[in-house]
Amino acid sequence: MIPVQFDYAAPTTLQEALGVLAEAGEDAKVIAGGQSLLPILRMRLNAPEKVVDLGRIEELRGITDEGSHLVIGAMTTYADVLASSAVRDHAALLVEAVKTVADPQIRHRGTVGGALVHADPAGDVGAPALALGAEFVITGPGGERTVPADEFFRDLFETAVGEGELLTRIRVPKHTGWGAHYEKFVRVAHQWSIVAVGATVRVDGGSIAEARVGLTNMGSTPLRATAVEQALVGRPATEEAVREACAAAAEGTDPPSDLNGSADYRRHLATVLTRRAVLAAAGA
Amino acid sequence: MTTQMFGAPIRRKEDPRLLTGGGRYLDDLGQHALAAAFVRSPHAHARITDIDVTDAVDVGGIVAIYTWEDLPGKVAEPLPLLIPHPTLTHGRTGYALARDEVNHVGEPVVMVVATDRYLAEDACQRIRVDYELLPVVVGIENARDGAHLVHEDAPGNVAAHMVQETGDVEAALATAPHTLTLDLAIERSACMPMEGKGVYARWNDEDGELRIYSSTQTSTGVRAAVAAKLELPLAKVECIAPDVGGGFGVKIMHPWPEEVLVPWAARLLKREVKWAEDRREHFISSAHERGQLQKVTVGFDDEGRVLGLDVKFWHDNGAYTPYGIIVPIITSTQLLGPYKPGAYRCEFWSLYTNTVLVTPYRGAGRPQGVFAMERTMDAIADYLDLDRAEVRSRNFILPEEMPYDHGLLFQDGRPLKYDSGDFPASLDKLKKLVGWDDFEAYRAEAEAEGRKVGLGIGCYVEGTGVGPYEGGHITIETSGRVNVATGLTTQGQGHQTAFAQIVAQELGVPIEDVHVTTGDTRKMPYAVGTFASRAAVMSGNAIALATRNVKAKALRIAADALEVSEDDLEIVDGVVQVKGAPTTSMPLGTVAVLSNPLRYAFDDAAKAATQFAGTFDPDKPPVADDEEPGLEGRDFYSPTQATFANGMHAAIVETDPVTAEIRILRYCVIHDCGTMINPMIVEGQVHGGVAQGVGGALYERMAYDESGQLLNASFMDFLMPYASEVPHIEADHLETPSPLNPLGIKGAGEAGCIPVSAVIASAIEDAEGFPITSMPISPVELWELRQRHETGELPSLRHHHGQHQTAAAPSRDQEPTA
Repeated sequence: MIPVQFDYAAPTTLQEALGVLAEAGEDAKVIAGGQSLLPILRMRLNAPEKVVDLGRIEELRGITDEGSHLVIGAMTTYADVLASSAVRDHAALLVEAVKTVADPQIRHRGTVGGALVHADPAGDVGAPALALGAEFVITGPGGERTVPADEFFRDLFETAVGEGELLTRIRVPKHTGWGAHYEKFVRVAHQWSIVAVGATVRVDGGSIAEARVGLTNMGSTPLRATAVEQALVGRPATEEAVREACAAAAEGTDPPSDLNGSADYRRHLATVLTRRAVLAAAGA
Repeated sequence: MTTQMFGAPIRRKEDPRLLTGGGRYLDDLGQHALAAAFVRSPHAHARITDIDVTDAVDVGGIVAIYTWEDLPGKVAEPLPLLIPHPTLTHGRTGYALARDEVNHVGEPVVMVVATDRYLAEDACQRIRVDYELLPVVVGIENARDGAHLVHEDAPGNVAAHMVQETGDVEAALATAPHTLTLDLAIERSACMPMEGKGVYARWNDEDGELRIYSSTQTSTGVRAAVAAKLELPLAKVECIAPDVGGGFGVKIMHPWPEEVLVPWAARLLKREVKWAEDRREHFISSAHERGQLQKVTVGFDDEGRVLGLDVKFWHDNGAYTPYGIIVPIITSTQLLGPYKPGAYRCEFWSLYTNTVLVTPYRGAGRPQGVFAMERTMDAIADYLDLDRAEVRSRNFILPEEMPYDHGLLFQDGRPLKYDSGDFPASLDKLKKLVGWDDFEAYRAEAEAEGRKVGLGIGCYVEGTGVGPYEGGHITIETSGRVNVATGLTTQGQGHQTAFAQIVAQELGVPIEDVHVTTGDTRKMPYAVGTFASRAAVMSGNAIALATRNVKAKALRIAADALEVSEDDLEIVDGVVQVKGAPTTSMPLGTVAVLSNPLRYAFDDAAKAATQFAGTFDPDKPPVADDEEPGLEGRDFYSPTQATFANGMHAAIVETDPVTAEIRILRYCVIHDCGTMINPMIVEGQVHGGVAQGVGGALYERMAYDESGQLLNASFMDFLMPYASEVPHIEADHLETPSPLNPLGIKGAGEAGCIPVSAVIASAIEDAEGFPITSMPISPVELWELRQRHETGELPSLRHHHGQHQTAAAPSRDQEPTA
């Protein structure tokens, strides 16, 4: 369990990092927090010739308030998110999800951007980012481009970030005053999600005015349960009303079957967890 | 009077060092040693047709590459079959490096030695081994059906077939008023110590001496095995177990291939060589345990008393049987627990599969046996609509029936004879602790809230402290320091504290003066090892006996010097004094000075022992005819049989009516290991055991696919309970002393994990109202059982007391009824 030998670069600026990546081409691998990459390297499942460490690039880390949006640097750690009152106030769903990630050690090393680009469908930040309608700022040799959430996740471990590019920022539209809950089903606390559902809702006068629902590990990418979102609008935040709206949560999903559950079981869980998440988010 | 030490819950002496990073584990040693790494078989069953190392020799820093062809003499022979047994008719062991066939994924094929582990692994990757694939046998059903064979010369894949019977089971079953048959299954798991195995060898070429450090549970065993393999005189080999980061059984197996190969290479290369196992290696090339299929037929009367018990089981022993059939023998005997079975017959088949080998893991066959017996007790209770605790108590062996001889042979080849225990008292305590009689009221409350809860119970008896022997050696220095050596090894159990408590109490010295060494063949060459919950029983008693010897000697010498009778002396806080007249006294250190007459004064203490220092009797020799110099004591403890500890556990679980999530709400333990040396250490052992038991009940399994690949061979996929999953454990003790040993103690190391799968199965069954016959159980499995139950494929219990079968009040989470 020792990686194959590789060259290591630790640029201190974004421009320098892009230069190193351009030079190394497809033989380079970017390391952010390393919580997924290092096990892969140690098991020799991947053997990049060069590992480019983004850990020393200050400009990639931190959370700023840009009025309508929060901007989260790609190298912001889970622990940074948890410590941020801005995220708690304006994108509570992200906080709820990040709270459940693995264990304290991993939350202090792992980064939001690293997890998003790694794009493990069982990871916990993808579905909330999708549900919150985040925008992904990708920087490459030719400059910056912004990709909407529903175009970011392409497939299993595959995103819109191309060769030689880096995810640099995540722009999260503010959902100030929205209730949020991330309902995660695991057997042991530090495990990857078997299924999880992130819900954030705006309740107005006892009924749900707006709702966003994201599903974790119900397909090859994080998914958004738009049918459920639409069905929830206008309903009172009650058990009965929500139950009916959430019944379709697993429609159109393609969950995996593995040691922790069959696809059927996951569809069942998705329905139950969606209801629980929405009710909790609505404060019911 | 010296502070009471024996029985006191004092804090562990070793913890400040271990908790602040002061431990020295195998991989902390030998920083400049050469590193070994292994090419291991990627196939479960194959013939090796070619090994090509050409590409590897170019890797810089490579010192040597070895295949089986390179091994000389006994190193090239199969590894020893450690524990032969007459019924193990087809025992097989592997080679240190595979000869021409591999029988499980992970079997070592090529050894690489390089200047560091990085380069060694790079070289491993460049070695090409060609295989011709053979049919793979995975799973007990496939092994049993025998369509394909793991070893061509082991027909039916049967390594051993054993039957033990007491009474006439056929007749008992034929005449019993009621009979039931249960088909049960229990999955594989593994020890998973935080520190894997490891070995580091130093060859001293000038003196022809070998020193081995091994992360082992038996340094004397490794020493003897390596000396035999390398054809070295025992006197030229020493083995030391440094701090060991957990064993749980896997490190009592020996010699592992690496334990032979690393010292062999060190001698050949005249260099230090080290190998430290990584986690993937631990998963695929160490050892697993547990996996069994069981069939129980029980005959009983209207009161629920067992009249006859017929058990058949099929035990998966993996690819080889180096540790014999200890595990299934323990299952077949310890299954009986605290009960009188009437007539009993147990027949088992130990079967080969193309999986990593099976050797004892904490509990060692008992969790499987207890699962069979306790599932049976619950089934009888349900059949007759009797209270489950009541059925158990009606079958108990009573205190007045002790010692109780089952008429069977135990794992040590000696009679299965319980020495003591008070099972009715234990059950009473357990029922009070968990609130047994109030549970139905609690269940009703929970059901009113739409919650499903269940209560489970499990009882066990555990033979601990098996022989043949252990020893203790005490030396007292002139400073008053007391050195204690015992040969068995330590993996975190608190031996430094518990053994020191025994010595402090027996000798009358402050515990701070007592220093314990374990697992070092230089200090105590005669020892067996740490397994079978035996360290406290075996070494504890040996150390007590040795301490009594050294104390007697100290009193003899002091009596002579103080000109009083030995009988009038006592030792308090390290000072020998006259009872009732403590001013007439002498520190133990001074006694040590007097015990060793000297010619040379090298310090003030020594000066007092030289020939002109004082008066002496010129007619007597400096050392009396029947004495030896030095204040030393040595003794051994070798019992005629094991001593039997027992315990009873109960748990309350909650199962989510919708997601089938399983949560343990309460976990209660009554534990009886005889007299306790340190109750805090005993509780710690129980807690750790329960945690491992929870792992076995709810999380751990070895997911082999049909080609023999272990699909979950990492901590990402192999789930173990962390602090977040282990319930608070409520424990209470009974102390029924063992009449078999001077201290009255019984073992406690394995206890906690033994009944947990049985208890959790019992509780889930009680919550759900249908039988649970296979463990571990995951939420998806419970969910699928519910679906089978709803369609009628899985019958309900006959007399279930929960109300949820007949529609409870709709809960927040219940699905709408269709």
